[in-house]
Formats: sequence, C-alpha cells, structure tokens
Amino acid sequence: MWAFLGSDCMFFGTLIATYLVYYGKSLSGPLPIDVFSIPVTTVSTFVLLMSSMSMVLSYAALTRGRMKAFRIWLAATIVLGATFLAFQVFEFYEFANHEVVVSCDDDPTKWTDLEASLAAGCLTGAAGDEVSVRGFREVEYHAGGEHGPEIEGVYGLTPRTNLFGTTFFSLTGFHGAHVTLGVIWLLSLFFFSFKKGGVTPKKNLDLDLAALYWHFVDVVWIVIFTVVYLFGVFEGF
Amino acid sequence: MATESLDIHIKFPLLKRPLHPTGIWGWMTTIDHKRIGILYGVTAFIMFLTGGVEALLIRTQLIGPDKDYVSAEVFNQLFTMHGTTMIFLAIMPLSAAFFNFLIPLQIGARDVAFPRLNAFSYWTFLAGAIILNLSWFLGGAPNTGWFSYAPLTSSVFNPGNGPDFWIIGLQVLGIASLAASFNFIVTIINMRAPGMTWTRLPLFTWMTFITAILLVLAFPVITVALIELMFDRAFGMNFFNVAAGGTPVLWQHLFWVFGHPEVYILILPAMGIVSEVLPTFSRKPLFGYSTVVLAGAIIGFMGWMVWSHHMFTVGLGPIANSVFALTTMAIAIPTGIKIFNWIATIWKGSISFKTPMLYAIGFIALFTIGGISGVMHSMASSDAQQQDTYFIIAHIHYVLFGGAMMGIFAGMYYWFPKITGRMYDEKMGQLQFWLMFVGQNLAFFPMHFSGLWGMPRRIYTYGPDMGWTLMNTLSTAGAYLVGIAALIFVVNMVKSWRKGELASQDPWDARTLEWSIPSPPPEYNFEEIPIVQDRDDWWERKRSGKAKTAPAAVPVGGGSGGGHGIHLPQPSFWPMVVSIGLFIGAMGLIYNIAVAAIGGAIALIAIYAWSFEPVNEPDEESGH
Repeated sequence: MWAFLGSDCMFFGTLIATYLVYYGKSLSGPLPIDVFSIPVTTVSTFVLLMSSMSMVLSYAALTRGRMKAFRIWLAATIVLGATFLAFQVFEFYEFANHEVVVSCDDDPTKWTDLEASLAAGCLTGAAGDEVSVRGFREVEYHAGGEHGPEIEGVYGLTPRTNLFGTTFFSLTGFHGAHVTLGVIWLLSLFFFSFKKGGVTPKKNLDLDLAALYWHFVDVVWIVIFTVVYLFGVFEGF
Repeated sequence: MATESLDIHIKFPLLKRPLHPTGIWGWMTTIDHKRIGILYGVTAFIMFLTGGVEALLIRTQLIGPDKDYVSAEVFNQLFTMHGTTMIFLAIMPLSAAFFNFLIPLQIGARDVAFPRLNAFSYWTFLAGAIILNLSWFLGGAPNTGWFSYAPLTSSVFNPGNGPDFWIIGLQVLGIASLAASFNFIVTIINMRAPGMTWTRLPLFTWMTFITAILLVLAFPVITVALIELMFDRAFGMNFFNVAAGGTPVLWQHLFWVFGHPEVYILILPAMGIVSEVLPTFSRKPLFGYSTVVLAGAIIGFMGWMVWSHHMFTVGLGPIANSVFALTTMAIAIPTGIKIFNWIATIWKGSISFKTPMLYAIGFIALFTIGGISGVMHSMASSDAQQQDTYFIIAHIHYVLFGGAMMGIFAGMYYWFPKITGRMYDEKMGQLQFWLMFVGQNLAFFPMHFSGLWGMPRRIYTYGPDMGWTLMNTLSTAGAYLVGIAALIFVVNMVKSWRKGELASQDPWDARTLEWSIPSPPPEYNFEEIPIVQDRDDWWERKRSGKAKTAPAAVPVGGGSGGGHGIHLPQPSFWPMVVSIGLFIGAMGLIYNIAVAAIGGAIALIAIYAWSFEPVNEPDEESGH
C-alpha cells in the first residue's frame, strides 16, 4: 500500500506540475480569480478534513471492538466524502455556467479583466437587447438596473476554454475520481462488515488500508487547495 | 452490490472455480508464479520476433539508395512499432518473465505475495500487446516514433486512430507493469526466507527490487502524460495546443522524466542476470557485492536527474544544459564501477565458456561501447551534432540490444535447464552466440559512421550521392545475421524443450537457492523453507558438505515433505476476467464510450468477485 501511495504521489505530482507550468499562461480568461469562491471551497475542504477524523475514529472503534461505533463513524466518513463530491459537482457546474453582472457606471479600475471585457458591451447595448460580447453567452443589457445601467452575461469555464480550464479540471477531476473510488471502497467495507467475520477487531487490515488511502487523498486535497485555490486568488503567492 | 457479489462465482456454474484444471484451462487460470513466468517469457519472445520482423523490413528498405519496398507512411509505422514493441512488449516483459520465475525461488518463498495479482499482470500485459498490434489491421499503426512528440500526435496533424492505439495500449501496459511491480516490492520485502537478509540477497533479486521501485515511480508520470494527450485528442483540451498557449516541450519533459528511468528499468534486470552468470561460470564469488548493489541503487536514484539530456537541442538554456551534462557524466561512474566489478569477478577465475557465459561477456563488451557513446552524448555541444542521427540509433542499440538483450539471452540459456528440466543444445548455442555477436556488431557499428556522416534517423530512403550506401548495406547484412541467429535460438529452445537431455538439479554448480531444488521446480518450490546462513548459501552448503543432509528447515504447512499439506493458493479465473474487462474498456475508449462502460463494468464485477473469493476453497484445504 505504501508503494502504491508513493506511486500515486508521482501521479498527482505530475498533474500539479503541469498545472503550475501552465499557471498564468492562459491566453484568454476566465482565470482562477474570476471563478473561485474561497468560502465555498473552504467549507468543502473542511468537510473532507472532518471525514479524515471520522475515519480515524472508526478505525479506533474497530480495534477496540466497538462495532456499532465503528459502523456509525464509517457511515459518517462515507457521507462526508459524498458531500465533498457534491460540492465538487456543484463547483464544476457553477464554473461552467457562471453569471457575471457589471454595473456600467462603476469605476473601471475596480473591474477584473473579465468584468472589463463584459463591460465593453455597455457601449453597444440598448435596453433589453441581447448583446454579443466575445466569450460570453446570454449577454443582456438593462438600461434601468438597480444601480443604473447594467450588463449581465454567462461565461463558462470548461476544459476546452483555456489552459487554466484544461489543467484545473484534469487535476481536480482526478482527485474527485480518487475520492469516488474511496467512497465506493468504504461503502463496500460497510456492507461487508455485516457479513459474519467480514470485518472484525482482529481482521482490521482491510479498513486500515482503506483508511490509509483515504488520508492520502485528503492530504493531496490540502495541497491542491493551497496551490490551486489559495495561490490562484490571493496576490503575493 | 457488494454483498450480492459475494456468491457470484457460485451463481454462474460456467464460471465455477477451476480447482484442479488441466491443459489450456490450467494455463489460463494458473496463479503459479513459474507458469506465469513462462507465459510472460513465451509471449514476450513472440513479440521480440514481431519487433524483429519490423526491424528487418526497415533494414530491407534501407539496404540501398532510393528503394521503395515500403511506402514512407508504412515506414513511419514500422519504426514506431519496432521501438514500442521492443521496449514495452519485448525487453520489459522478458525481464518480467525472469522476475516471475526466479524471485520466489531466489529468496526461498513458495510464491509471490499476491499470486492472483500476478496473473492479472500477465493477462493485462497480453491485452496491451494485442491492442497495440491490432492497430496494424484497424486503420494503421501509430506513426509518431516511440516517444511520440507533441504536436505531431495532436488530432490536427494525426487524425487517424494510430496514436489512440498507442496511448491506450501503453496505458494498459502501464497498469500491468505497476501491478507487477507492487507485487515484487512486497514479495521481496516480506517473503524472504529466514536468514535471507538484505546483504545476502542474490544480485538479480536486488536489481529486480530497484527496477520495481523505478517502475512504480516512473509509470505514473507517463500515465499522466498519456492522459493529457488523450484528453487533447478526445475532448479538445489544450495541454499541447500551441494556439491556446500550451507547449510541446511539456510533453518532452514528461516523457523523458519517465523515459530516462525507463532506460534503467530495461538495463538493470540484465545487469542482475549478468551478475549471477559471471560468478557461476568463473567459480568465484561476485567481486565487491556491496558496491555492485550500491552502484545499482545509485543508478536508480541518479536516473531521475538526467532526463533533459534527451533535450539538449530544445533550447533550455546553457545552465540547464550544463547541469544535465554534468549529471549525465556522473551517472557513468556507478555504471563503470559495475563493469570493473564484473571484470574483477572473471579475473583469475576458473572460467568455463558455456553459452550463458559467452553472452555475459558479450554483454560487458557491447554495453561498454554503448556506454562510451552515451558519455559522448553528455557533451551538450557534441550532442547537438549527433541529435536525431544514426549515431543515436547506434547508441541505443548497443545499450538495449548489446546490453539488455544480451543479458536476457544469457539468462535464457542459464536458467533454461531450471525452467524446463532439460538441457539446451550447447553446440547450437555457441554457434548462435557467435552469429548474434557478429551480426549485431555488423548491424550497429556502421551506424556510428552513417550517423556522423549526417544520416538522420527515421528517413525512409536516401539518395545515392549521400555516401551512406556502404554503411547501410553493411547494417542490413548484419540485421539479417541477427535474424538468422534468432531463428536458430528458437529452433534450439523448441527442440531442447521437447526432447533435450534431462537436466540435473544443479547443472552449472551454481550459487543461489533456485539450484537447490529439482529442475523443473515442483509446484510448491521448496519442500521446506530453507534457513539461509550465507550469501551464496547453496554454494556454501555444497562446499561444507551439508548439501546431502536435509537442509536446516522450519516446518511450514501441516505436514513435512512430499508437498502434501503445503498450502498453496488455488487457481482463479477472475484475474483474467478483469483483464478482459480492461481490454474491452480500452477498445471502447478508442471507438465507443458505451463499450468502454461495459468493459469497465465487467472489470468492476470481476474485481469484487476476486476480492470475495477465498484464497482456498474451505473444503479443499488439503488439496495438493
């Protein structure tokens, strides 16, 4: 198992290296700062870290022979893992269908590049019209918005959009696949534990290995969260 | 799902566990490391012959100027498949054949740590080999060279299926190699007989261990690179899309970060074989055991620091080039240490020039030539002149054919009596060695000159005024000699296997544990697990006169002797089913995603069935 994890380190190492090599090399937006929502991802990161804790508690309960506590904590781990995956699905969907609203009268220096490129539509827009701005879908111009004239549009970050999309979705997608595999594995152990002699306090190697894998996937996520999300949004990194 | 699959093998009577299979079914469900080793060896040797035929076609096309036996397109496919086949389908699995057959025998174990995983490795390797070679019949083989530089592989420049077969085939082979490597690492760490400490481990086992670690660390890198390429081709992503800011140099880095350790993956097992053969036929212990092991480990470590010497002409800048030039020169030191150790092993030995010994000495000579031209490449400025010329072809063939394959031939002759229980024909073997030795030098040495005279690699023909005709004709003649030698080898092996003279347990008066048991070894290997007291334990036991008395032993299994009561895992077909699922899934990835899903489902179900299958059926406890 340790050999496998070493191998997996190289796997993620290569993906992260590819991401970093191409970091800031995208020729067009959207960029990390345009799409990431740090609060949302912080919550999902917290969920995943808590799942590691419940995993530890589950294993501890098993080795002490408390089968009920073992199953409860194992189920909690599975639920938390699935929650993390739900967050990721939501996030991917959100990135692919991201709505931006710009108030045309705002100070242009405060806009991000992406907002500025949408605001270019302010000049051509007429009330209620569909306007075309490169890279955006469903662009609409409202002359009488809440704060004066507004323009809104949807842009999508997909794996094809730019280098950021390509590397981001590959890296986080493979991590998501690892979590999915982990959930299936734990789920199998959960059901298997009801079979007589399936998982017992003495026969705990299966759970031990699954736990090792689970913690590894968590640690990788901490690296991804730091390198991709935090470095991508906060200046000075 | 999970609980249902518990009984899946009982529900399908067709898939009932074969408890005592015979004939072809026995081979298909076997999880005996020796049988798997033989399967690996035979399959890989067939692939070696396939790659050889491709080589002969290439050389025939180049026999003289302006020939058109094959078209330029087919030529591209030929050299791509020749390289890919020889590296991934011939040399690596031939080494794997030795790992499988020998490692448990050398460390005094009954089998590898995960016998069913071992079977899975073989069937998956076979699946990968089939996928790669199917491409010939399904719209053209890959044609981008064995390192398939981007953007030549992008769907814009290469719309055919060839690169897809290459990508998917290598991914499947990667799975096989990774599974096998985990298996051997765990086996060597955990399954050694009592007393078999790390400093008593046979050299071949040591080199296997280092190779397995290299594989485990190097293959994920190529896996990711292949995934990136596949995503680019299948989903229009941008990893190597220059228009979106991607850079083809990334492919080169990723490929060679894998590719250079891969070179040592190919050569270290051969070095291990030679380190077994030389002491046996010199009747001396290996000179400087610990330095040979250490040098192997250093090569394994430094192999990671030299990859950019494949990229001196990319324009990485003088600092990068200088650093990689220095590390490349430095890696010649541990290699040199080994060569001197081998020579010192022969020195003043009582040498018997049997075929394996001839091959081992040939290995030293030819590998040294390849090593010297390798050091020449480490000079970045000189390398710029040699890049992509036949000089490189000469170098790679001296290290891979003159090195790895000579080592493997030494091993095949050396362990043939152990594997088959019969002796090969010594006269034929000697003749075959000399043909092979002369043939390959005739084939590859002139390439140094055609390369320095400016002949680029991978051209499908050349003009009569270029001055390359003589050297090319010589190379082609040499290649034909190698082909004849390979045929003689096949005849010798097949004939001897069927009705060769019966071999004794220890025909070479050898040193390591596999010679302490009958030839061919019984299914359970060791009646009693030996207690190892020395390096070269079998040799010491023979010399101290203890060989005839029962070896010191610990009781294992239930009874003693005769093999009864020794618990062996039973055959299983699930590993093969998983591989079939992978095969269908892989083909689906090329053609139709729905088929891929079916293949994946088959593999998944089989994995569950495999996990819940007991190692031994309870009512068959005393089976053997």
